[in-house]
Formats: sequence, structure tokens, C-alpha cells
Amino acid sequence: MNECHGCPASAVATLVPPSAGARPNVIAIVGPPNAGKSTLFNRLTGMRQKVANFPGVTVEHHLGKLFMDNGREITLIDLPGVYSLLPRSEDEQVTHDVLKGQMAGVPAPGAILLILDCTNLGRHLVLAAPILSLGLPTLVILNMADDLRARGGEVDSAALSAQLGAPVALISAAKDEGVDKVMQFIEGISAGWSPKKALMELPVLNDIPKCRQWAARVNTNSDYHAPTPPIWTRRLDKVFLHPLLGPTVFALVVIGVFQTIFSGARPIMDWLQNMITDSGRWMGVVLPDSPLKSLLIEGVWSGVGSVIVFLPQILLLFLFIGILEDSGYLARAALIADRTMSKFGLQGKSFIPLLSAYACAVPAIMATRTIENKRDRIATILIAPFMTCSARLPVYTLIIAAFIPSRPLLGHFFGTQAAAMLGLYLIGFLAAIFTARMLKSTVLKSNRTPFMLEMPPYRWPTFQSLGLRLYDRSMAFLKRAGTVILAVAVGLWILAHLPLHNGQVPQVADSLVGTIGRTIEPIIRPLGFNWKIGVGLITSLAAREVIIGTLGTIYGIDDPTHSTGLQQALHQDLTVGSALALLIFFAFAMQCMSTMAVVRRETGSWKWPAIQFSYMGGLAYVCAFAANHIVAYFH
Amino acid sequence: MSFKNKRTSTPQAPHRAKTLPKVKTLLELKHGEGGVLDSMDLPEDVARRLMELGFLPGHLITPGHSAPGGDPQVFRVDGSEVALRRETASRLYLRSESDIS
Repeated sequence: MNECHGCPASAVATLVPPSAGARPNVIAIVGPPNAGKSTLFNRLTGMRQKVANFPGVTVEHHLGKLFMDNGREITLIDLPGVYSLLPRSEDEQVTHDVLKGQMAGVPAPGAILLILDCTNLGRHLVLAAPILSLGLPTLVILNMADDLRARGGEVDSAALSAQLGAPVALISAAKDEGVDKVMQFIEGISAGWSPKKALMELPVLNDIPKCRQWAARVNTNSDYHAPTPPIWTRRLDKVFLHPLLGPTVFALVVIGVFQTIFSGARPIMDWLQNMITDSGRWMGVVLPDSPLKSLLIEGVWSGVGSVIVFLPQILLLFLFIGILEDSGYLARAALIADRTMSKFGLQGKSFIPLLSAYACAVPAIMATRTIENKRDRIATILIAPFMTCSARLPVYTLIIAAFIPSRPLLGHFFGTQAAAMLGLYLIGFLAAIFTARMLKSTVLKSNRTPFMLEMPPYRWPTFQSLGLRLYDRSMAFLKRAGTVILAVAVGLWILAHLPLHNGQVPQVADSLVGTIGRTIEPIIRPLGFNWKIGVGLITSLAAREVIIGTLGTIYGIDDPTHSTGLQQALHQDLTVGSALALLIFFAFAMQCMSTMAVVRRETGSWKWPAIQFSYMGGLAYVCAFAANHIVAYFH
Repeated sequence: MSFKNKRTSTPQAPHRAKTLPKVKTLLELKHGEGGVLDSMDLPEDVARRLMELGFLPGHLITPGHSAPGGDPQVFRVDGSEVALRRETASRLYLRSESDIS
């Protein structure tokens, strides 16, 4: 590393002239999957990062800013993981295009941070050959240095640097060890950089066996001693991939996650709810009486507030997914799931997007880009919205709390309400696999694609990565609450207060909202819904959770139920059968504009989102109808 | 060893598979037993990705854990663990004992 930082001014002129204009402002982080790119990226940029999409494509990537001492600003791009520069999937294509400067709208990076896992340097160095041959200033980062030492491996980084002709930094991004060396490199290239003559000539890039032999020779010349196999990974896999224990742990993890999000988040949510109610009451006292006051309290505060209450629950879900992903368990889960998934024509790789669809379908649909087979990918996109996303949680929580009495089933760990929640997750999943089966045996029929998935060693998730992930998600959620949900809440409030009768605000039933609701009432009557639920269904087309604010607004300003909570209000209007029908409707219907938009972008036309919307809506209607009538028959 | 053709493998491999001596595939490796990869009979892009994951001719492969039911199966190769379905593993041929010695 020092070779670079201390490079004398005389050597600077060869590649990058030390004029300000030629200094690289954009630096890309490249590496194979699981090498620790994102951990390093988070260490370097912290909160100064944002998630963005490349123009024209929807591969999510992180952009971060670095401010150097001399006031220079450097942009870091975290690129999708690749094994080579010969792309097989669409996110690998992005890495290739950005590095080659072929991505429109993204400036070609002027320098590269190549991050490799030094506990498996032989295989990871294979990527160094094509990256170094790009001829850009490159820092070769050997990550997981702590792991290498702990498992008795070693490497002479100075010798490796001489072999490659590029500076080498031995670091541990997770332990925040050696990250300063990366910063020194970035400062160094800001001032100018010169390539060194590599001792080893680069191999023929398209010939993987040759590249691997080259990597082996470089390693030998750098005194690389591979570490002993990861003992803890082997031990943990004995349990997690055990023929009986494995699936048991898998089931326990799933149940544990649901129980925790359902009951663990309760106290915080109650606290938030009280805060919002109290502050609304306080505003009611403080503000002078005016239509504006009513809009502020009944429209904005109860509309947006009713959704914000669910933030703790959603964050808890993202926390669990983050832990599962960062620890390496998710790859095992994909392995366990592959056989089941293949029965429905999908593969284990679809499992990862489908699992993230439990948080939100939008990033999940973007994550399908790692699936190489186009038909598998479209099938995964089409079924992803059936997975119970976090926007459904508020709706489920409200209705379950109102209609399912809380009783323990398996001690305190698992109660009736959690069981109902689990049941809803299950029917969403069943609808998804049923649909996948149908699609894959008809319109999206294709040959079985091979499943090749690397099992990364287990690692402790870092607090920083988890924290940043939660921060990202809170921001996205609050932004949504502040835009779409706010707009719908305000629009609804206005419609609920018009037309004025002799300057007087009408009853909700006589307002424009009431008129719209009663117009569609005949359609939803067979499901057991009245016009108020109908208005909620319409507004929830924007986003599912909006129905809560809508119902809050409608019931809140409907005099007969004014003082009762939303749960009691619903009790008056819904039977057990129609409550179940409402749950099922929300489980199946595609009520999300963001998902529709992302499906259109990903599939290239309105054809698939239109099919998806009609299919899911039709299924929701039929099943809700059946649920309402079956329950009514037995009651 | 060439991986250029659409169906990549040493030209003799599929032929050899039908005649004796029988060529072993990855599937036939027993637990705790290792084998050296000889060739693969897979489409080029799949073969390439497998090579990037470490499945290169001459590399030692040992079977690891598997999903319940034995499919897919994890293989240890070149310092990492990679899961493959049985149908893929059955297209990866091992060197016979005589080749190694």
C-alpha cells in the first residue's frame, strides 16, 4: 500500500497527469459476490450514501460521497458482484458496462477498488486479471484479513503488489481494520497515480484455466498460505444442513420472525400510537377552529400517523432479513428451498427475491435480475407481489387485532393472533406457488436451468451494515408516508368535505366520497363490504396501507362512531366472514402503484403488469367471495 | 481440454461414458471421498460459470452437505463450497484412478 501513497511526484506523469481535470472523481468498488464490497463501502461512506438506479435499467446500486482534506469530492460506486467481466446475468452486465465506460449517464470510473476475499485468494485473484487489464489505477484490497490470520493463513502483500504491479492493502472491513490504507490510496490517486511494471504478465483473459494458473503462480510468488477450512461454518452447516435439523431450524426461523414482528413490536407501536393520538389532541386544543384545523388533524395527522405507527414492525422485518442475508444463512435457505421451488418450475435463486418480497415487492422485483433465465425471471416477478409485503402488515394487524381473540396456542411463544398472521403469509405463499406452477407449465415453459450457488462462510453481521440498511428503509418508508400517503389522505379529506350544503360540511355518506363508495357498493356487497370499506379499497390501489388512514378519516368524521377506535368501528361494520374476506382480498389483490411501475420497467411493456393486476384482482375477488359465504354458512 | 464447443467436454468423454471402464461423475462420490475433475458435458455458458466457481479440470472435489433429500448437493472445490443440482453434477466427470496415478 505504501508503494502507492508515497509515490514520488516524478513518477506521476505516466498515466494520470497531475492536472486537476484528469484526476479521477469517480471510483468503482468491484469484487466477486461475498467479498465484502458493501461492508467496505459502508465503512468508507457511512451515511453519505444513497441508493440509485442506473439510467435505463433498474439495478439498484449505492452511490457514496467522500470528501477529501483538500476539499475534493469523490463519488464511490458499489457495483454488483461479478466473477469475471463476461456477464451472464443483467446485474453483471451493469458492472461490465460501468467499468468499460459504456453505461450512458454514468461517468467512466477513473480508479478501481478491487476487493477480494483473502481466505480464498486463489479463486478470487482470477478476477484481478481482467480488472487490472483495464489499465485504470487499481487498489487490490485483500479483505477478511482477521479471518485469514485466525485460520492460520498468511500472505506477503508487498510481494503480491510487486507481482501484480498494483498496490495491495490487507484489511478487514468488518473489523474496521486497515480501512485507512484504502483512504490513503484514494488520496494518493487524487494527487496523481502511476502504474508499476507487474512482475507477472497477465494471462489470456478468456481462458479461465489459464487465469487460474496465473493466479496460482502469483500466490506462490507472494508466499500465500491458504487458511484452514472455516471450522465454525462446517459446524453450523452440520446443524443447518442436517437432513432433519435443517428444515426444523428453517421452520423455527420463519415462525420466530413472524412471532417477533407481531408481538415484539407491540409496545413500541402502542407508544407511537399514543404519541400520535396525544399530539393530535394537543393540536385540537391549541389550534383555532377552522377548516384548516380539521384538515390538519383528521386528514394529515390521522392519515399519515396511522401508517407511521407501523414503522417499528417494518423495521423489525427488515432487520431479520438483513441478519439472515449478512450472516450467510440465506444461501442455505435457498439450498433447502431449491427442491421445493423446482417442483413449481422455479429454482432456489428465486427464493432470495421472493423472501425479500416479504419486506417489499419493489426491491424484490429488482433482485430478480440475478436470475439468468428470462422466463424464470418473469415468473418470479409475476408471483413476487403474492408474498406478504410489509405494507399488508398494518392492514392484517388491525383486522386480526379486531376480530381474532388473543389466546395462547403453544405457550406464550405462539398465540392465535400470530397463527392467523402466519396463515395469511401461508395463503399468499400458496397462491404464489400455484401461480408459478401454472405459468411454468404453460406460457413460461422453459428447460430447467442449472442451479449453481456459492455457500459463503457464516459471518457476524456488522452493526453498521444493519444500521444503514434500516436507516435506508426508514427513509424510504417515511418518504412514502410524506408523499403518496399524504396526498391520498388530503385528497380524501377534501372529497369527504364536499359538496358543501349551504356552506355546511356534509355528512360523510352524502359527500363525494360517500357517493363514490355507494356507486361501487353493489360490486363489493357480495364480499360483505359496505361503501366505507369500498372507499378504502379504492384508495388502497395507491398503496395498501392507505386503507387504514382512509378508514380512520371516514370513521373519524362519521358522527355515530366518532369516539370509538377504528377496531370497534370495524366491529360494527364487518362480520367475521367479511373480515376474513377483507384479509383474503388484501392477501391476493395487487394494490400497489410502485409495484406496477417497476414490473412495467422490468418487463418492458404494460402487458405483464396488466395481466398481473387482472389475475390477482380476479383471484382476490373470487376467494374473498368464497370466504365470506362459507363463514356465513357455518355461523 | 477445450470448452469451446456448444457441448463442451473432451470429445471422448460421453463416448467413454457408454463403454467401459465406466467414467465416474461427481454424483458417485461418497462422503469423505475426493475426486479430480476431468471434464464436463454442459452448455458453454454454464461450463464457464462452473469454472469461475472453481470447477476446473485437475481440481480436487469433495462432496459436502446437501439439502434434505440429497438434492441439491454442496461440493467443496478450490477453497469454496458450491451447491449444484444432481442433474448438473451428473454431467461433471472425474478422472479415473489410473489417470491420477
